[in-house]
Amino acid sequence: MEKTAQKTKFSWSKYSQLLLPLLSLSLIILFNLFRDPSFFSVAITENNAGNTVLTGNLISILNGASELAVLAMGMTLVTAACGGQDISVGALAAIAGSMFVKILRSGEITLGTIALAFVCACAIAIVFGTFNGTLVSVFKIQPMIATLVLYTCGRSIAYWLNGGATPTVESPLINAIGSFIPGIPVPTPILIVIICGIIFALIFKFTTLGLFTQTVGINQRAARLNGINTTFIKLLSFMILGVCCAVAGCIGVSRLGLINHETLLLDVEMDTILAVAIGGNALGGGKFKVSSSVLGAYTIQALTTTLYAMKVPSTDVKAYKAIVIILIVVIGSPVVKAFFSKLWAKLKAGKQTGKQVKEAA
Amino acid sequence: MKNGNQLKRREPLTDTQLLLTITICIFVAMYALAMIFLGGGFLRFQQVFDMLNNNAALIIVACGLTIVMIGGGIDISVGGVTALVVMSCIVHMNNGGSIFTAALMAIGIGLCFGLAHGFLISYLEIQPFIITLAGMFFARGMTTIVSLEPQKIAHEGFKTLMKTKIEIPWLGYIAKKGNLIPARMEIGVVIALVIVAIVFVMLKKTRLGRNFYAIGGNSQSALMLGVNVKRTRFYSYLISGLLSGIAGFVFMMHTGAGNATNAAGAEMNAIASSIIGGTLLTGGVGNVIGTFFGVLTLTTIKAIVPASGLTKPWWQSITTGGMLCFFIVLQSVVLSQRAKKKAKAKEAAKG
Repeated sequence: MEKTAQKTKFSWSKYSQLLLPLLSLSLIILFNLFRDPSFFSVAITENNAGNTVLTGNLISILNGASELAVLAMGMTLVTAACGGQDISVGALAAIAGSMFVKILRSGEITLGTIALAFVCACAIAIVFGTFNGTLVSVFKIQPMIATLVLYTCGRSIAYWLNGGATPTVESPLINAIGSFIPGIPVPTPILIVIICGIIFALIFKFTTLGLFTQTVGINQRAARLNGINTTFIKLLSFMILGVCCAVAGCIGVSRLGLINHETLLLDVEMDTILAVAIGGNALGGGKFKVSSSVLGAYTIQALTTTLYAMKVPSTDVKAYKAIVIILIVVIGSPVVKAFFSKLWAKLKAGKQTGKQVKEAA
Repeated sequence: MKNGNQLKRREPLTDTQLLLTITICIFVAMYALAMIFLGGGFLRFQQVFDMLNNNAALIIVACGLTIVMIGGGIDISVGGVTALVVMSCIVHMNNGGSIFTAALMAIGIGLCFGLAHGFLISYLEIQPFIITLAGMFFARGMTTIVSLEPQKIAHEGFKTLMKTKIEIPWLGYIAKKGNLIPARMEIGVVIALVIVAIVFVMLKKTRLGRNFYAIGGNSQSALMLGVNVKRTRFYSYLISGLLSGIAGFVFMMHTGAGNATNAAGAEMNAIASSIIGGTLLTGGVGNVIGTFFGVLTLTTIKAIVPASGLTKPWWQSITTGGMLCFFIVLQSVVLSQRAKKKAKAKEAAKG
């Protein structure tokens, strides 16, 4: 009996990190429930291409957050291993997207060329990821500063790759990646996120990557003394983030059918870091939970969609978003947490003394 | 002289001086090369003044950011606050407000942001990146709420203030027609230079300035030595907010127009300038004079690239990125070499 109790307690602490994103997500959902219950309606309709598809705010939240969710997965690893954030993910995604389009435009678009283009996009993203990773792990530069280089020039490199234009790709296959595969009512980006999630889960299940990353993040010296190659782990986290950027870039390109180096995933780096923070991960490195970050990503998108549904102009959304973000992080702040736990303890103690007084009487 | 030696023995200060020297040397070398190979505008003093005129606001913002970075934090809201100040002040003046109230408004908005950031970051212990990111979102969003349309200044008094320029004839040049064109400097530059001087003195001579270095270098030991870490951190964000407000006013004096995309990317430019100037993001190391030269270096690169024939639109930011990469790698290598040398010297002293 005692054993099972212990077990449940243990697993609870394991998932306690999910509390903050879940709480904020449910707050947003509750708010919508009171505001307008029809927000949650999901309808089956026929789109322009003649496919039966699912539509509704919930689907658009899940669909719209796809790139963010994929990036948040990689960013969590980098944050955990290096104790800093990569601010070049948007630029890197633009570079990967440019490569993707460049290969696609060089020949006829078939499944084979799409696969080839995706591999090339991944390769170039990994190369730039390794560049970032080398600055961080070998030259020991703080990640934010190291990635500032690519943040400054990444989108220009993408522009250069395109030869100074914003080329388009048109094909039903690209359309299928960006919106719907005929016959499947769920938007394809959601499926891609699920596939990425499964891959990440498998990696953590069957390799020691998760443990090593956490160790390096908590205490680098101790990790090195225990025989972990800290340089390699940091480098690897940046390479994985590179692949995530490539995936996000390809989704973004397929969605629009064109590459615009200036607007593709604009400001996504800030949202990604926010997703990691709302997910309750320490931005200083160490313990992490990828699923929590993904929940954070969906929270951000839910917030944005809610604001749009409330007819807030798209240019003003940022201000309202900022207020909600500050509320969320204030709730999650250590000082406020300590204050509430103290208050809770006092209340409990007050109740107990009250009981004792009663008993004594 | 003895005092100088004592300073040299202290670790963080020597790092600061070394990085500052590197920056100034590279800036001078770069500018000299531009003068020799490109000639033209680079031979005139007006080129320097133009760089200052265009970047007075950036210099002020970067000063604030340097203080925050020395204290071990980061403030990425500065560009947003600057844009908000520009927009609000212009709308205020176009609706009949005076220059004086507009200036008060600029300082007030900056202080409000600084207060909020400082309180949330130092007293509620939330990560500075997230709070100032939210601050940036808020400021940018508020800018469009104040006015979505681009605004142009219509206030006559302010227009004359904008046109007022300080002329320095002996730094001018003789134009082709034979008449002397004096070097022109805007009032904003004077404000920026005064602020650089004030911040420099504050960091070097006052207790508050030294406390910034202390909490950035090692907040734990600063606390043990009796520094009020929370209050010092609070002040760093407050000053940064105030300076962003002033920068907004200076920016307005330069452009005279409000736009939702004003000062876009100013935060990253300011961070880059601080880094080029030898400020470390980890805190405890930095110098505001270095930041000043950092801004100049960054601008010089941007001026050299189109002048040397790389006219395609992407070259400017690619070379800027390359230069930034060069600087941070150089700093990292130099600092790690020094650390190694020091460790060796220590071992030798032991053995």
